[in-house]
Amino acid sequence: MDVLQLLISGLANGCVYGLVALGFVLIYKATEAVNFAQGDFMMLGAFMTLGLVNPEYAGIPFWLALPLVFIIMGVLGYLLDLVVLRAVFGQSQTSVIILTIALGFVIRFAVGAIWGHEPQSLRSPLAFGDIRLGGVVLGVVDLAVILVTVILTLLLWQFFQRTKIGLAMQAASQNQMAAYYMGIPVKRVQGLVWALAGIVAAVAGILYASKGAIDPNAGFIGIKAFAAAVIGGFGSLPGALMGGLIVGVIEPFAARYFPPGWSQIAPYALLILVLVFRPHGLFAQVRAKKV
Amino acid sequence: MRFPFKTSYDHDIRLFPDWWNFSLYAALLALAVVLPFMIDDYFLGEATSVLIWAVAGLGLMLLTGQTGQVSLGHSAFMALGCYSCVLLMEAGVPFVLAFLASGVITGIIGAVIAVPALRLHGVYLAIATLALAILADDIIVLTAEWTGGVNGKYAPPISILGVTVDRWSTPDLYYWMVLLVVVGVTLAYRNLLRAPLGRAFAAVRDSEISAQAMGIDIARTKTMAFGLSCAITGLGGALMGLFSGAFNNETFSFLLSIQLVMMIVVGGLGSIHGAFLGALVVSFLPQVLSITAGALGRGVAIPGLEAAVFGVMLIGFILFEPMGLYGRWLKIRTFLELFPFARKDMFRRQKAYLKTERLR
Amino acid sequence: MSLLNLKDVTLKFGGLTAVNKLSLSVEEGQVFALVGPNGAGKSTAFNLISRFYTPFSGSITFDGHDLLRLRPSQVPGLGIARTFQNIELFHQATVLQNLLVGRHRHRRTTMLEELLHLPRVRSEERANRLAVEEVIDFLDLQPYRDQRIAGLPYGVRKVVELGRALASKPRLLLLDEPASGLSVEETQNMRWWIDDIRRHMGITVLMVEHDMGLVGKVCDRVLALADGAKLAEGTPAEVQSHPAVIAAYLGTAAVSKGADAKGVRA
Repeated sequence: MDVLQLLISGLANGCVYGLVALGFVLIYKATEAVNFAQGDFMMLGAFMTLGLVNPEYAGIPFWLALPLVFIIMGVLGYLLDLVVLRAVFGQSQTSVIILTIALGFVIRFAVGAIWGHEPQSLRSPLAFGDIRLGGVVLGVVDLAVILVTVILTLLLWQFFQRTKIGLAMQAASQNQMAAYYMGIPVKRVQGLVWALAGIVAAVAGILYASKGAIDPNAGFIGIKAFAAAVIGGFGSLPGALMGGLIVGVIEPFAARYFPPGWSQIAPYALLILVLVFRPHGLFAQVRAKKV
Repeated sequence: MRFPFKTSYDHDIRLFPDWWNFSLYAALLALAVVLPFMIDDYFLGEATSVLIWAVAGLGLMLLTGQTGQVSLGHSAFMALGCYSCVLLMEAGVPFVLAFLASGVITGIIGAVIAVPALRLHGVYLAIATLALAILADDIIVLTAEWTGGVNGKYAPPISILGVTVDRWSTPDLYYWMVLLVVVGVTLAYRNLLRAPLGRAFAAVRDSEISAQAMGIDIARTKTMAFGLSCAITGLGGALMGLFSGAFNNETFSFLLSIQLVMMIVVGGLGSIHGAFLGALVVSFLPQVLSITAGALGRGVAIPGLEAAVFGVMLIGFILFEPMGLYGRWLKIRTFLELFPFARKDMFRRQKAYLKTERLR
Repeated sequence: MSLLNLKDVTLKFGGLTAVNKLSLSVEEGQVFALVGPNGAGKSTAFNLISRFYTPFSGSITFDGHDLLRLRPSQVPGLGIARTFQNIELFHQATVLQNLLVGRHRHRRTTMLEELLHLPRVRSEERANRLAVEEVIDFLDLQPYRDQRIAGLPYGVRKVVELGRALASKPRLLLLDEPASGLSVEETQNMRWWIDDIRRHMGITVLMVEHDMGLVGKVCDRVLALADGAKLAEGTPAEVQSHPAVIAAYLGTAAVSKGADAKGVRA
């Protein structure tokens, strides 16, 4: 019975990892930039919601705060692309990696300075108690997190399939130059991708904060999300989600069945195995350079 | 401006292009040697720390600056160097041997790890090495039997040919010992740059395809670069652990490798000077910040401030001066040398097309 | 026995046959040109010889060595050097350093010797410099000797790439479109250099070139390709007047108009 319990809580964690990984892959696919600050984005989104909703801060109703947070995070993502990322357009990936790591440090400091370094919990409408089914205790939060992730995934899928801007993003991610020739404003589309990634990060942050307390170092789960993205394969959005779920599920099972200390190692050990045997993840998208 | 006249091939092979250049570096070295007589023990400790950072930085510079492979996992190799050195010393191996052996061990293990890792490019390599750094932290805890885990270890006393070198009682000896290592590593680095292997590193960085067409074995060259880089960083790690007196898994957390990467970027990627300038910044930034905070009447340290200031500096450098502090210095020097004929676009970067990582 | 032999080499990318049963042999001391419309498989043939691609079937031998048994980085060791269609130089390095990389195949020293800069490293370095300075002299690259590639004009980069290939003292030189993007004078220089390379250095040259004027002046033998297969082979004049070649360049309608189709020469 506790297998089911472990599975559900693992899946719920995995959803958060998966969503962060999704934001990461979204940006990578569309712009080839690697946003190592995506985990810190998530943390920022969580704290922003907390700052708006919790009674000791602004104290406005959750459902009112939600669109506000999405708008702020979206604008933030867009501006980041406009001001910082476009300036390093065409530079090596290494400098973008280092740039976004630095950005993560700055975000962490800013959040700590505004909201403090103590762990805090979000007054989330998703958090109310457990339900018992026979001998199994399931957190409602966990189920809600899974549900929200499923809905968001479906929405994103529809967005990419149906809307003009979604199709433009797809085109720009597959061949920038060709998309540009076809009259797609590639730069603006890239900005919008960053905005979208900001919003996805906010959702992930709210889900994460609903599950427990957060502090400015919560952004470090971004590292697990990168592992998830690589396990799934950078080329694909479903791959990123799947990678997140795999990492999420592995952790509680490793903690349960392996000697202590091994559960932290498990995701990274898996990552290294994947990299050694399938260097480009489970959904590769790499071709040989033409000379 | 000086105009060099070259009369033999040795002119290009020599370490220093001319007498002026040689005297400059000789003076710098002389200053470094007599430094202990000029400053007090506290600043001597800081100077030692700068040199230790420089050793570790030179190691990463060789890989990232010279060969173009990013690594966010060098803290793992610093830990490896440190633990292997200390464990050997505890087993009764004399310090000098243990120290050299720690570099060799780290280099060999680094090269072995490099074989699968270097098939990866860009972001994959970054994440794989980051995972390595996190794993190293956990492995130190898991192997607490030897490493002391979270409780850590105390650095054993160093003795070279019967002379005790201690951070507190003989800081000047300690400083000179580190200086010797720095000079040795720098010389080896320079030697490499004027030899075929160093050029092969740069060739791999700039164009793998044509490096291959020139007969350079990419995998072998990268493995050598990784091994060599790890060996140097391992030496830096050993010095850092011994210098700090006590160390545990936290000493070598993955944040250390990120700090190392930031350091060489701020200093200037691809140059030896960059590693030293970066080390200066890393070591003195906390001092400057605490002095500033003190002046503003905030006695308490603000958590994360140091990292954030470093982050802002880094963003500034990548946006406005990708060549780092050393690049800025080169520009200033050229401006002064050519005054008033320097033009603004002499150093203009070429507009680069997006280099896609999907095509390799 | 000829120096380079390709026999029935076929390469497919998915459903596309890039090179179809291509056979050619280059004799020692020849200047041999591959011509043909875009996408005919000329550069692909080069990449096959450099071992960047592995053929589907067929054999490639150089001076009796089976190239298919080698890795790409082992090919230059036999004395095959090449240039690229879209210049592939080491941008952050100077001209001198780029040429020195060309000497890599002669490296005999080990990493340890190089780290300590032992006398053997120094003497080999001197030999490398001597060889490179000769190339710099030959190609008139002195003005650019210590400049970084990133700041050089296109024409000079093209010459540097040729120099890098020459610095390796090859037996066979593969030139991928040596004259593309060059001005009239630069093309003229390139022609003399190719002549000298063959005559004075005794290097065999295999080149891909669109400029039929250049091909006609420097080449002994020409092979025309279309859609990966051999159309015609012979002296430049023979190939240029070959009906199949004219058809491939101008479309079948042109054949009926006779041999005065000057487009081939353009």
